[in-house]
Amino acid sequence: MSLRSYVVTRLLLTIPMILLLLSIVFIVVRVLPGDPVLLHFEKHAKPEDVERLRQNLGLDKPLHVQYARYLVGIIGGDFGKSMQDFSPVAQQIFSAFPATLELAICAIVVAVVTGVLLGVRASRFYGSLQDHSIRAFGVVMYAIPVFFLGMVFQMVFGIGLHWFPTGGRIYPTLEPRGLLLNMSRPESGFLSTLLRSLPVGLVAAGIIYWLLRRRHVAFRARGLAICLSGFTICWLIFAALLWHYSGVGVFRLKTGLFTIDSILEGSPVKLVEALRYLFLPSLTLGLVLCGIFIRLTRSNMLETLRLDFVSAARARGLKENSVIYGYALRNAFLPVLTMMGLQFAALLGGAILTETTFSWPGLGRYLVDRINFRDYTGIQGAVVLFGLMVALVSLVVDVLYAYLDPRIRL
Amino acid sequence: MPMKRSMIARLLPGIASLARGGSAGKIVLIGSAIVFSIVLMTVLSPWISPYDPSAINVGPVISPPSKRFPLGTNHLGQDMLSRVFSGGGVMLQVAVLSAFFCLIVGVPVGLLASYSGGIADKAVSLVMDSFYAFPGLVLAIAIAAMLGRGTVNMALSIAVVYVPSYYRVVRSQVLTIRELPYTEAARAIGARERTILLRYVLPNLVGSIVVVATVNFADAILTAAGLTFVGLGVEKSIPDWGWDLTDGRGLLPSGAWWVITFPGVMIVLLALGFTLIGEGLSELLNPRLEQ
Repeated sequence: MSLRSYVVTRLLLTIPMILLLLSIVFIVVRVLPGDPVLLHFEKHAKPEDVERLRQNLGLDKPLHVQYARYLVGIIGGDFGKSMQDFSPVAQQIFSAFPATLELAICAIVVAVVTGVLLGVRASRFYGSLQDHSIRAFGVVMYAIPVFFLGMVFQMVFGIGLHWFPTGGRIYPTLEPRGLLLNMSRPESGFLSTLLRSLPVGLVAAGIIYWLLRRRHVAFRARGLAICLSGFTICWLIFAALLWHYSGVGVFRLKTGLFTIDSILEGSPVKLVEALRYLFLPSLTLGLVLCGIFIRLTRSNMLETLRLDFVSAARARGLKENSVIYGYALRNAFLPVLTMMGLQFAALLGGAILTETTFSWPGLGRYLVDRINFRDYTGIQGAVVLFGLMVALVSLVVDVLYAYLDPRIRL
Repeated sequence: MPMKRSMIARLLPGIASLARGGSAGKIVLIGSAIVFSIVLMTVLSPWISPYDPSAINVGPVISPPSKRFPLGTNHLGQDMLSRVFSGGGVMLQVAVLSAFFCLIVGVPVGLLASYSGGIADKAVSLVMDSFYAFPGLVLAIAIAAMLGRGTVNMALSIAVVYVPSYYRVVRSQVLTIRELPYTEAARAIGARERTILLRYVLPNLVGSIVVVATVNFADAILTAAGLTFVGLGVEKSIPDWGWDLTDGRGLLPSGAWWVITFPGVMIVLLALGFTLIGEGLSELLNPRLEQ
């Protein structure tokens, strides 16, 4: 089968899957016991109010008519009206979508990078203390509720150290309205600006340390001096920049992904601010997911490192690092790609809890808000969008896999 | 009772052989020890708790750990130590109930559909696959939002998420076992289909079902905690680690680390215990698959 016909077949197979998915949501919300309208009003409902809401939302029609309307509506991008304020649900969920997308992308990057790096380390030092501790770390990460880890990070890095904000996206009081977003000067003075720019200095020091290690500079007096001075310079320069620019910035939203928007605008201060708010949520979600990548990379690398071509590469005198990362990891990476697709559903589930923990204004927090308002059309819309995202990602992963590994297409 | 004694007598050498049986056996033992002590703690909680876990204002509000309140108090002045002792009951009940629901639905459906094959198998597999592909927590949230609060409702909404994994395991095993010579031999001597299913196929499934169940126990506990966190847990009057964590989130800005730390660690330990049992068992039962 050629790649093109594989893609076409896979696309055709997606249609019944999406239909089933939409039907599951419909059955859960409309057919299962529990009338959404009555639930919305809780116990104190007047019959005429109930009837009016039913008519307004079209819930008084027979089930098959409702089902047809629901399907046709979703195909046309219409997710119905919110029970809370009667505004279109589609508009609300699509405006919350970029925040979730940004969080999800960063989290999967964190998960794959930490998972693969730790997995490779564990397989290189198979059976050693390092191997055991990395495996233990992975298992513990798997057993941690994501919101508990998030709260621990908030406690340590937010409330304790003041390095990162504990919640929101850019300044919590000013969420994006329309296309503009104000960046106001933080209330507390220069000291807090210094504290807030400390991570930038630490990152700079880390990069310098890594560069020195690559050039085999001995990390004694000279290396330490270079590192420390780099750290101080970057820290102070960034603090001054932050102090100077905050209060005058206006965010122009184009994509809704704040990191991309600030790059498009060419503003490093906004980029770092956006990343600072993004850091703890994506670290939390990424670490919770990284356990499975550690295990997968480790077992795959253990098998690959035994193969002949690895010994051949070593025999030719290649550096150990290029044998591991250039030869072995490349072959062990395909399962990781599949796992990325499979983990996407877990990622979205985790995103709901992470967004609630960090007050991140995305689709997950929208869903939780709607649960508290008992807005069942809103819940239905968010759930459908989550399902569609998973279907889309699994399609993309399958196609990518077929492109990378032609055996799949047979 | 002779039967009970023989069971214990059979169990003891089993434990000893687990301890000798390499790392997988030790992992199972550690996991079971964790789970067993948590279950014991929860069962004994009415007798070992210093205060009534639901009683409010037994002490000052949001006070850090002290001699009188070793784990501090929360915003209602409830004793956190007593709440930690008894708060696991909800999670354990939900996990056991949901595993039970999964077993009574997933195993028979998997057995019948895959053994009969043909169009029934294909249709059921398609439905199960689309449930499987759906983000688990999202589906559980949607169902729990419709069913309302309570232990049984939580267990039901979690069970819907995990039935497909039981189904998948049962199906893949049945497809293999059906082709094995001893099943064919049974068919050749004229055994009825029902006998083959129940006496020849089912006993060989027990191992893998146990592994799936223990692995899903951990997931069910985490999902239950997540459901509670988004406001779909049990009634608030019942002490529950999930609620303590959820309430503790609002207390974080005041620096009350003890309200979230202890219930959170307990959830981690419980989920960790079940994960370890599942991992170890799957390695013991299936030593070739070292994944």
